[in-house]
Amino acid sequence: MQRLRAKLAPYFLILPGGLWLAIFFIIPTVTMLSFSLMTGNEADGYQLTWHFQNYTDALSTYWPQFLRSLEYGAAATILGIALSYPIAYWIAFKGGKRKSTYLFLVLLPFFVSFVLRTISWQFFLSDNGLLLSPLKSMGLVSQDFHILQTTVAVVLGLTYNYLPFIVLPLYVALERVDPRVVEASSDLYAGRIATFTKVIFPLSLPGVFAGVIMNFVPAASDYVNAEILGGPNNTMIGSIIQDQALHVRDYPTATALSTVLMGGLLVGIFLYARALGTEDVLEAAAR
Amino acid sequence: MNEFDPAFLRGITQDRRSFLRAAGLVGAGAALAACGVKGAKVSPAKADDVAKFWAGKKQNGHVDFANWASYMDANHSPLKKFTSETGITVNYKEVITDDPTWYGKIQPQLAAGQPIGYDLMVVTDGIELNKLVQFGYLAPLDHKMLTNFEANAGAAFKNESFDKGNVFSVPYATGYTGIGYNPKYVKEPITSIKQLFDPKYKGKIGMMKDTQELGNFGMLLNGVNPETSTEADWKKAAATLQAQKPIVRQYVDQNYTKSLSNGDLWITMAWSGDIFQENLSNGSNLQFVVPSEGGTIWTDNMMIPKTAPNPVDALKLIDFFYRIDIAAMLTEEINYVPSVPAVKAQLLKDAQTASKSDAATFTTMASSPLVFPTDAELANLRHYVNLPNPGAEKIYQDLFLPISSG
Repeated sequence: MQRLRAKLAPYFLILPGGLWLAIFFIIPTVTMLSFSLMTGNEADGYQLTWHFQNYTDALSTYWPQFLRSLEYGAAATILGIALSYPIAYWIAFKGGKRKSTYLFLVLLPFFVSFVLRTISWQFFLSDNGLLLSPLKSMGLVSQDFHILQTTVAVVLGLTYNYLPFIVLPLYVALERVDPRVVEASSDLYAGRIATFTKVIFPLSLPGVFAGVIMNFVPAASDYVNAEILGGPNNTMIGSIIQDQALHVRDYPTATALSTVLMGGLLVGIFLYARALGTEDVLEAAAR
Repeated sequence: MNEFDPAFLRGITQDRRSFLRAAGLVGAGAALAACGVKGAKVSPAKADDVAKFWAGKKQNGHVDFANWASYMDANHSPLKKFTSETGITVNYKEVITDDPTWYGKIQPQLAAGQPIGYDLMVVTDGIELNKLVQFGYLAPLDHKMLTNFEANAGAAFKNESFDKGNVFSVPYATGYTGIGYNPKYVKEPITSIKQLFDPKYKGKIGMMKDTQELGNFGMLLNGVNPETSTEADWKKAAATLQAQKPIVRQYVDQNYTKSLSNGDLWITMAWSGDIFQENLSNGSNLQFVVPSEGGTIWTDNMMIPKTAPNPVDALKLIDFFYRIDIAAMLTEEINYVPSVPAVKAQLLKDAQTASKSDAATFTTMASSPLVFPTDAELANLRHYVNLPNPGAEKIYQDLFLPISSG
């Protein structure tokens, strides 16, 4: 009896999570896959006809938006790492007693709705807004110069909105660096730069890894920023999927696009993990 | 996080039985999805539908009303008056931003036969209204209870092509799609759709994101009446609009008036009442014209979802909007075309008792072609493109959606 219970315990422990995954992940994913191979319309219904052409049709029409989403996601992630690393480093090593206050400040914008935060950028970047109006009156930029509805605006918006997703894992990784290791490094005559490149940075790599994933995946599939800050040539794949699913109600196309996006991102993450030399992707992400 | 005994994880994931169980689950999901999804089409309305629907329905003293943004004054005065006269309370929410999104939100509940949380809603004529009718999602209106509508509605609003005989809907307000521009930046008179294609305004041009609106303007420029257009016309219009794309700043939805007054946009497709409202509320001097090639006319319609818990109260509110004084009250605020012609006389009458500035506004409104179009102006307005079946709709959307969301 005792042994049986011990044997069953792990299953009971995983039961709530397992059920959650089954209901809210496996079933929707299977439904999505099956929808992507259906033909039909709202009035007559949809039938599973194994219509693989949905994929080729969707991709041949919307490949530029796919590519663009990956580019924007990558740009926002690189910019995000460049901005976050100093922030996380400073909080972890120089934050002192106020570390949690600083982290709270990083998270503070999250208390404002995502869409509102993005709309305030729209105000800020507008042609005659806070940023451009003075520059124009000083003659530093030409009168018809604009940032809204350009790639720059969208990438800035993405970087801003997802910044805390990089700062936090970076902070956790840097915070864990044992000060004695740093000390040892300088005892062994490493300069500040060598200490950073040879000791601190390699130790923070799991944080960089997690930050990149947590930033790149949502940024590449985001549509709010492109919708609010972008123009006709900045549409990202998220907008297309939303339009196809909710406006046109062409479920097969919408689900085919979603499947490609999900598959593409998954493959990308595993390749990235390989390249980074992380022995186990899931383990690194769990850190 | 990873302080688990690795053997623990292995025990769970590498157990053959649980693998089989997971596989079974995936299979069940597949079976579930493989059945396909049933179509929503229903048989056409029958003569006794009205009596059948309204039999046994009683007034409950409350109505939930879903409408578009800024489609009533901030105090909701017509609704306050309704409550004080009938005792029926109104929960008014401006939750509709565009027809496709709204339809997407309510469709699952309607298909499942559940209430959507609103007894009364306002939907524009077009693809979504057709679907609501076609799929049997709307309550047939009992015209015996619509006495004000029968007495006061203008002939043109009583028998519109999209809902002949007002079986399911009556108009809330009507407006046009034309061109709005800011004369602070645009220094020439605007008369033609061609000017939306002028490279001079590169990077300052707005076109509408809505595929029906967008396609209509492409066709009008090509000299085609959207209402009677064919697939060949759509293809030509799509090519015309695709060529314009490099000079378009943005494909706009609801917020274009703000962009127009702050100079992000100089010239854009626009709805008549929006421009009037923006000028009234912000003191801007934006202009609206119906282009010489023609503009489009659309009607926003009040309707009751079949699953509404308070249909009698909703119907009473619908009819209330057709009382001449209430129709005038609404027009004074939203500046769209009223469905009650007597509003014009009422506006002039209200002007005599109103404050000085209001009086001037009302008099301007009574003579404004945007609110009371002349017959000549009406003749230059076209109805929306007609998409009779899902096949045509798919072709149409695949042509225009890649333009507005490229």
